[in-house]
Amino acid sequence: MNSELPRWATSIALPLLNLLSALIVAAGVIYLLGESPIEALSILVQSALGNAEGFGYTLFYATTFIFTGLSVSIAMQAGLFNIGSDGQMYLGGLGLTLVMLQFDASLPAWLLIPLALMGAALFGAAWAFIPGYLQAKRGSHVVVTTIMFNFIAASLMNFIIITYLIPTGEQNPASRVFAENGWLPRLNAWLPALGDTPLNLSFVLALLCLFAYGVVVWRTRWGYALRAAGKSAHAARYAGISIASVIIITMLLSGALAGVAAMNSLAGSMHYLSLNFTSGAGFIGIAVALMGRQHPLGIFLSALLFGILIQGGADLSLEKSNIPPETFIFIQGLIILFCGAMENMYAPALARILNLKWRKNV
Amino acid sequence: MFEDFHVSSILVATIRSAPVLLFAAFAGVFAERSGIIDLALEGKMLVAAFAAAACTYATQNPYLGVAAGMLVSCCIVLLQGYVAINQKGNQLVFGIAINIAMSGLTFVLAQYFFQLGGRSPDLGAARFPVLHFPFAELWSDIAPLNWLFGQLLGGHTILVYLAFALIPCMHWLLNHSRFGLRLRAVGENPHAADAAGIHVAQTRYLALLCGGLLCSLSGAYLAIVQSGFFLRDMSAGNGFLALTAMVFGNWRPLQTALGCLMFGFFAALQIQMEGVAFPVVGQIPGSLIQMLPFVVTVVVLAGVMAKSVGPKALGVPFVKSR
Repeated sequence: MNSELPRWATSIALPLLNLLSALIVAAGVIYLLGESPIEALSILVQSALGNAEGFGYTLFYATTFIFTGLSVSIAMQAGLFNIGSDGQMYLGGLGLTLVMLQFDASLPAWLLIPLALMGAALFGAAWAFIPGYLQAKRGSHVVVTTIMFNFIAASLMNFIIITYLIPTGEQNPASRVFAENGWLPRLNAWLPALGDTPLNLSFVLALLCLFAYGVVVWRTRWGYALRAAGKSAHAARYAGISIASVIIITMLLSGALAGVAAMNSLAGSMHYLSLNFTSGAGFIGIAVALMGRQHPLGIFLSALLFGILIQGGADLSLEKSNIPPETFIFIQGLIILFCGAMENMYAPALARILNLKWRKNV
Repeated sequence: MFEDFHVSSILVATIRSAPVLLFAAFAGVFAERSGIIDLALEGKMLVAAFAAAACTYATQNPYLGVAAGMLVSCCIVLLQGYVAINQKGNQLVFGIAINIAMSGLTFVLAQYFFQLGGRSPDLGAARFPVLHFPFAELWSDIAPLNWLFGQLLGGHTILVYLAFALIPCMHWLLNHSRFGLRLRAVGENPHAADAAGIHVAQTRYLALLCGGLLCSLSGAYLAIVQSGFFLRDMSAGNGFLALTAMVFGNWRPLQTALGCLMFGFFAALQIQMEGVAFPVVGQIPGSLIQMLPFVVTVVVLAGVMAKSVGPKALGVPFVKSR
């Protein structure tokens, strides 16, 4: 559509303009709530980036969003809109917890943690398999089925945690705390400057996954099939690509990535499974994927932005009672709106400006 | 076991919970028959519910509350039209964005105005009056008639009757009126409609606005009639259930209404099932019963989707050919 625009304009200038628009609308709402947007921004930045500990927390949150962003992105590459990352992450947390509760007394850390990782990936993938299968074989739209699976996951986990996982004698709806050999090593063991932050090995794993995602999607035969199916299912089918298998495998990978997202908060920070531990990270993944245009670097940067918003927002809401953490759910929606649904709003204007310059040069 | 089950109260509950879905599903029919995917039903319901509850609380007049709900819902719809028609943006993404944004915004506003943790105060007496049949006292001695006219058919608010009156109206409007025929033409083949002199963008905007009005009634019903207050995320997936009812009904008003009644029935069943001891399985925990409507949705989609055929131009932005 905007092929006349140079690449830097579509991949850098447009997303930034869209992001800016979303933040301006958000600033307007904060102003209407009787708070100063400038002051809010300075508190936010100071708390998220101003000191090593805050920055550690920012990266910790960003880690989860890299995983969920990757989960949504890889599905988008195949033209699938996976809204269910949140439920898949929730179920992934269950897989991880079951492994931990079963083996944390008997296995050493080097065996237990990879096993827990596999449990998380497996449960997340299994939860994504059903919508994927229904899309591939029955044509049930994956958007609606994954949303339904989020609701089902919420009820199911509620049932499982309350019925089976609460230790006897406890009231709090959460599992018991894992033994210490199930705790992911924190990065402040190597980088004491980070202070007391839960930033852990998952961050390194997230960076590896970003790299692997880039290689798989753009440098392998299967990645080519994936992108072909996403661009034009008809053409891909004509070229001999099995659309059904691409859809199912993509949803499995997407669910596995969402499941692994549970590692960061459960094995890295909380060390137990609790109700609603995802706190909407799967939905933030949608915003991350759309803003980052499904590119590894873009995903990293937008996950970082959301890390800043969540970490800074938590402190902001403590200081300003009119800006509760839910404000950032609103901002997240705005970012999806401007970067996803209206992504080309500024393209004609930008093209006009660039053309003008170009003509002057000639 | 079945002595705990009251078919009569399930039927009454079905009628009471159906309007939420009926209004929203018809809103979906308007949008989608004109060729625009409407995943934003949920968000529009939620923001209309909030506006209706807040305005009703402030003015103590439920009619003004409904009007406020309509106003905000139409604002969202204009934005939706701008994105889907003028910008030719991604309609699925728009729906998700609005749902997420409204979930956050309504909480923030509710907290700002009422300081009750994302809830509005109880609306108390400022609700719709319950309508009764005239001469209801005449047969109040005869139990079946009393139930039929007092609970099943009578004793509801005006919104319930409006929702059911809409069923034949929607059928006529879509299949027999000039506007309905144009709307369907635009949704099936906008290029042919354009060649025949129909203004595609204008028709789609009009369809969206009709849908926005209906969707706001659904939200107002949730807040003012069903619960009597606004609660965060109170739409609770009803927008998607309505959408599924529409797919189940093949995008046709009569069958869609049937789908809504089916979902309403399951919702009523769900309330009745709580606390009932079944043979073999015993008492089913509430959290599992809550899954019922969502599981039914998936099963319906998996079973029906293969056979249902939506409007041909659904989700495709119209670019006028030269």
